[in-house]
Amino acid sequence: MFDTMEQRFRALKTRADFCALRYVEEDGETLAVRQGVAEPLRRRLDRGAMITVLHKGGYGYAATADCSSAGLQAALDRATAWAEATAGHAVYDYSQIRLPKPEGRYLGPGAEQALDWNRKALLDLLLDESAAAKAGDERIVDWSAELSRLAVRQRYVTMGGGAVEQAFQMLIPGLSVTAFADGESQTRSLGGQYGGICRQGGMEIVSEAGLLGAGRRVADEALELLAAPNCPSGTMDLLLMPEQMMLQIHESIGHPLELDRILGDERNYAGTSFVTLDMFGHYQYGSPLLNVTYDPRQRNEFAAYGWDDDGAVADKVWLIADGVLQKPLGGEISQARARAAGFDIGGVANSRACNWNRPPIDRMANLNIEPGDKRMDELVAGIERGVLMNTNVSWSIDDSRNKFQFSCEYGRLIENGELKGVVKNPGYRGISATFWRSLKAVGNAATLDVMGTPSCGKGEPNQAVRVGHASPACVFADVDVFGGEA
Amino acid sequence: MRAHFSRLAEHLRSQLQAGEAFTLWLSAERTDFVRFNHGKVRQAGQVAQSYLDIKLVQGEKHVSQNLSLAGNDDDLPLIDRILIELRAALQDVADDPYMLLNAVPQSSERLDATALPPSETMVADILAAAAGVDLVGILAAGPVQYGFANSQGQLNWQETVSWNFDWSLYAHGDKAVKRGSAGKVWSSEQLRTEIAEAREQLALLKRPVKTLAPGSYRAYFTPAALAELMSMLNWGGYSEKQLRAKRSPLLKLADGELSFSPMLTVTEDTLQGLAPAFQAEGFIKPDSVPLISAGKYAGSLVSPRTAKEYGIAGNGAGAWESSESLDVAAGSLPHRDVLKALGTGLYVSNLWYLNFSDRMAGRVTGMTRFATFWVENGEIVAPLNVMRFDDSIYRLLGSELEALTLERELLADPGSYGARSSASARLPGALVRAVNLVL
Repeated sequence: MFDTMEQRFRALKTRADFCALRYVEEDGETLAVRQGVAEPLRRRLDRGAMITVLHKGGYGYAATADCSSAGLQAALDRATAWAEATAGHAVYDYSQIRLPKPEGRYLGPGAEQALDWNRKALLDLLLDESAAAKAGDERIVDWSAELSRLAVRQRYVTMGGGAVEQAFQMLIPGLSVTAFADGESQTRSLGGQYGGICRQGGMEIVSEAGLLGAGRRVADEALELLAAPNCPSGTMDLLLMPEQMMLQIHESIGHPLELDRILGDERNYAGTSFVTLDMFGHYQYGSPLLNVTYDPRQRNEFAAYGWDDDGAVADKVWLIADGVLQKPLGGEISQARARAAGFDIGGVANSRACNWNRPPIDRMANLNIEPGDKRMDELVAGIERGVLMNTNVSWSIDDSRNKFQFSCEYGRLIENGELKGVVKNPGYRGISATFWRSLKAVGNAATLDVMGTPSCGKGEPNQAVRVGHASPACVFADVDVFGGEA
Repeated sequence: MRAHFSRLAEHLRSQLQAGEAFTLWLSAERTDFVRFNHGKVRQAGQVAQSYLDIKLVQGEKHVSQNLSLAGNDDDLPLIDRILIELRAALQDVADDPYMLLNAVPQSSERLDATALPPSETMVADILAAAAGVDLVGILAAGPVQYGFANSQGQLNWQETVSWNFDWSLYAHGDKAVKRGSAGKVWSSEQLRTEIAEAREQLALLKRPVKTLAPGSYRAYFTPAALAELMSMLNWGGYSEKQLRAKRSPLLKLADGELSFSPMLTVTEDTLQGLAPAFQAEGFIKPDSVPLISAGKYAGSLVSPRTAKEYGIAGNGAGAWESSESLDVAAGSLPHRDVLKALGTGLYVSNLWYLNFSDRMAGRVTGMTRFATFWVENGEIVAPLNVMRFDDSIYRLLGSELEALTLERELLADPGSYGARSSASARLPGALVRAVNLVL
């Protein structure tokens, strides 16, 4: 089908200055069990094409699942009509940009071979973990487990040369347990309740993610939380584990550095940014311990790829080095718009669409914190009074990505350099512009974990994209911490 | 599309083997999306998509496939192939004790296919009306279709041609007038009027900005802001399944431990809403479902699966058991008296990015956004810098709720994750004695 699509596209009639085809196929399946009963089996097959046109300074696109020659020609004509209709009324004169015409092929881990997806065996595995979570305990009132697979193949073709094919294989395991007693309930999960353990690769992810044996462990932690006191309130040190660090990076570094937000595109929906075009190259974003990279070549992370959806080649870029802001998360078009505004600040290959039926915009991909030099025991030992928090459960941040408040599933007190008892409903709040400057210790590679999200929301029309985050455990000083209702 | 959908259903009926049955759910649209920034066009395009959910049933077993349709003859061999794969998948799954499908066919049709002008004309109208101002937002326009069919011959269809223009006018920084409008008839004159009114309100946002210290303040929430608060109750709050799983933020309401103000009455009002009156298992939704009545728990949304699992009556809810056509009853405070009744406090036009800080306690946090003003003695004094609140929704809409407005607004959801939303909410504004600001 991919070669056919390329041939059909190249045979289309066009007068456009530039046009490209992005054909995407997604094939997925979800197995799930809840309370010992298999949930309905859900499968998905999604195929379609997006044609993008730059013409006379305008930009137009058209998406269709009618991949016949006639269907593609109609889409090309509609995209061209939109480019012409908006030429002269666009935020940027698109005739000033030359989008790449890349050549190549990228196969993500596991994409080169068929997945060993044994439904019956996997359903049995999920039922076993689910049963271990319940284990006859009346306090366990809801328990579920699931495993999703997703295979994505896409070809990006530019008229007059240029074709890139990419293929990805992904898995998302999950498990969640709710314990209830005396009017109080607590939910604990494997990697979060929103698909936090999502990676590229094959069936090895099932064991790497800790799904095997997770049922009993997660249930025990839910019961621990049920009996635990609320997290104390006050100003104290905060040790964030990777399952929460991913959210902290995502919301208060990733989104504020998106160049389209800085250029104002998202002000009606996802918001703007406290970061401005003049900050790059000198702004002290965090303490000197903070090193942040955009790294789409970390192959097992959820958003690894070879080229973005405007054809730019993906490479590792340091966004923040030794605490100083270096580069924005902006693709070719946003970079050109920033240059036109007098800011030649560079960017990365992050012009991405969630699927064939949405246009590419600036998105996070794999956005990581580089490991430091502290062992886990050293991170704890360096805290006189604080809380360890793990696994995000609640997130809220202002439209400039500054004032945030996050909560976690699980907390543990730290006193005089030692881990103490479990606390429930742990949360903290702060301001991005100052929070990262309080980073006082960064864990080494042994504390690092690979996380991500299958559904980062942004854009008009709305798009939920796949994002990867790898982070070590990190310690922040003097944070405003709180617990649940007394 | 309707003819194609019927043809696919007929084709599937002809392919069934003994003991097999199916349901189909279609969600289709052809939408022109035009994105604006700084009063100009950022991206303009069209998305034509049709997604079909096929559920193949054999005895007590079933499996489902979501499929993008080409909308032409290519779909028939594709469905034949999928049918083979689904039959194979049926061999791998156990009987489902909670499957419940509508056994009493009830076909229906709702066509609301008025003609819109070409989207290019609508864009030209917007650009002209927004000349010289910093407008940012999105126009979505075109037909949206929903369909249900099953092997018993039931066919339900809803088709609407509509537009939704969600936009803001920026004064400076993060200070903006936020608006949204939607309809089935386009009026350039109405658009010009709305943008002109918003231009006038920009003057208020250009006054010197005030910053509040954390603390407790009187506040008025516009219908748009109240919609954000109410949306938190829709995170499983109305779901019978989530109540049973002890995960609902309304668990303490359902158990009678907590209540809202007697002024608060909430209903799922399918009859007055924009969402389809049928659902994916073929059940027809009742015209309305009481959820909260005079501050007390009145009911929940029950999907067929939950109904079967717990042996209770369903009420046509979708799998997520979330409200799609929310109705919050009006109060008695005339809108013209809102500032006077507020006296001194916050006039909150919009809230943003709400989440639970303690779900089971109903404690919610979120931000003010766009145009939030400081009001003194019934007069708007200054725009406010954004503030974070963290408070119990049982308090805000309970002990602290002073009044709801007499007038209500119908808010059509501009959301388009995966597809254009058909959700809507009709709400009043809310005057609150105290909201707790924390940052």
